[in-house]
Amino acid sequence: MRSVLDHYNYWIAIILMVVGLYTVVARGNLIKRVIGLNVFQTSVFLLYISMGVVTGGTAPIVIDDPDAVYSNPLPHVLILTAIVVGVATTALGLALIVRIREAYGTIEDDEISQLEEPER
Amino acid sequence: MISEHLPALVVVLPLLGAPLCLVLRRGAPAWGLTLAVSWLCCAGAIALLDGVLSEGVVSYALGGWTPPWGIEYRIDPLNALLLVIVSATTAVIAPYARRSVASEVPAERRHLFYAAMLLSLAGLLGIAATGDAFNAFVFLEISSLSSYILISLGPSPRALTAAFRYLVLGTIGATFILIGVGLLYMVTGTLNIVDLGARLAPLGTNRTVSVGLAFISVGIALKVALFPLHAWLPNAYAYAPSVVSAFLAANATKVALYLLFRFYFGVFGAAYGLEALPLETILLPLGLIAAFVASVVALFQIDLKRLLAYSSVAQVGYVVLGVGLANQAGLTGAIVHLFNHAITKGALFLAVGCLAYRGGRMTVAGLAGLGRRMPLTMAAFVVGALSLIGIPATAGFISKWYLVIGAIEAGLWPVAIAIVASSLLAVAYVWRVLEAAYLRPAPEPNAPRNETPASLLVPTWLLAGACIYFGIDGSRTVGAASEAAAFLMNLAR
Repeated sequence: MRSVLDHYNYWIAIILMVVGLYTVVARGNLIKRVIGLNVFQTSVFLLYISMGVVTGGTAPIVIDDPDAVYSNPLPHVLILTAIVVGVATTALGLALIVRIREAYGTIEDDEISQLEEPER
Repeated sequence: MISEHLPALVVVLPLLGAPLCLVLRRGAPAWGLTLAVSWLCCAGAIALLDGVLSEGVVSYALGGWTPPWGIEYRIDPLNALLLVIVSATTAVIAPYARRSVASEVPAERRHLFYAAMLLSLAGLLGIAATGDAFNAFVFLEISSLSSYILISLGPSPRALTAAFRYLVLGTIGATFILIGVGLLYMVTGTLNIVDLGARLAPLGTNRTVSVGLAFISVGIALKVALFPLHAWLPNAYAYAPSVVSAFLAANATKVALYLLFRFYFGVFGAAYGLEALPLETILLPLGLIAAFVASVVALFQIDLKRLLAYSSVAQVGYVVLGVGLANQAGLTGAIVHLFNHAITKGALFLAVGCLAYRGGRMTVAGLAGLGRRMPLTMAAFVVGALSLIGIPATAGFISKWYLVIGAIEAGLWPVAIAIVASSLLAVAYVWRVLEAAYLRPAPEPNAPRNETPASLLVPTWLLAGACIYFGIDGSRTVGAASEAAAFLMNLAR
């Protein structure tokens, strides 16, 4: 039980991952899908940041103490990049939704499919 | 001096070209810049391939930081070939873009179109050039985000929903790859692909690595549109502007397939040997099913571009099947098919773009009589279609030949027969198109000849001609591909 609780940050990451994926798949509203995508990506950010932790480590800023233990800064840097990618994806997704709404008058997936059907 | 920095230059050039396109603010100069950049990249990639084939692997430390700490650009026979595929097809498509884009994209958006195209090119070349797993993810997202934009610029409103769908599935795929890379980093503490393979080997398999393999496999399968994860591809190719369909069909899935090669052979194969990978149990059957199911679905398509898109899903199946065979011949077939399919599908989508330039969106029935009205365009389509089937003396034949040999060498006779049988399905869907174009009576029998302008026709025929040229003399492509296959098999010892 303890070992389960000790890794609570990983459990949160897994829960968020599944919640996000479920939202993307199960929701017909395009905005909700983008939100689901965001939750899913955020879970990965948490996963990366969790793995950078070094037990007893301090923030990775050099201090005078020669015995200092630092956390691993690399995953943080990687995730900064991934956050930028995530923001760009969200922005593009929302921009597309605006144009979809202009073209179809709705952002519900099933209504869009109904509008698209006759064209085939 | 310059040649020393070529591995980085082929990626940096289009990356710098994209913001320049924004500054230019006009379609025509942006197009000129795109043309110049794509030709320079092509020259650079060919020089790199020559260098690698004669002198061996090139390692380039980006910013002077020594690998495995810094980001390494590592050019070996496999990705040098891929750089050539991507940059050469783009160099042929670029001159075509001017007229085609002018007819499909509104004037105020054209410079943005070229900026997105250059970004996409930079991303694709970057995935190929880099030797760093995380860097590959970043480039994957650069190329994907810009290709969503390119697709959404298509003339029909359905391009928007197709782009959105691709955005959702593509992001899930890329994030899966990111999770997989993270899990590998957890175990090894490195992101360098060569280093990953070396460090995983002594650790033995454990659950984290297996889960990483699973995440990376699913993520890549989404990006290559491997059946049954291909749902985004048909609409994305069908509703994108013609140039984009050709560009993506020739390049995007190829680069994702390259990632499959890289991770399977360079990381997991190098660490555990090929026996530890689910090649014969998962990849081989999925590849075969893709080749069959997608070809059958292509048979029933009304829209010409959707038909070609489903055929692309089938062709991805062949490449994956070649990986699943996991022997020298099968792998050679898979790699040479990356090249052959790029020129074949490029030629076909460009030909359809020519038809669309004259007649708008194309359905199979709408082709009636075009064999006589646009003989040169249709002839290019026929050459591409024959290569798609794999008729001897076309490029497609060579790759299928090696795939069949690979299947026989692996002792899998049924697979060899299935490859031939699925090609017969290709005959059927191609025949529907040709029958409509040549044998059905034209709706207006006396309509004058209405050939496509030369600036569209020449690039189309360049690719169609390449299908014949590399079908008759396959020594250079097969030589490079078998070199790359041998390199991969060696990695995976």
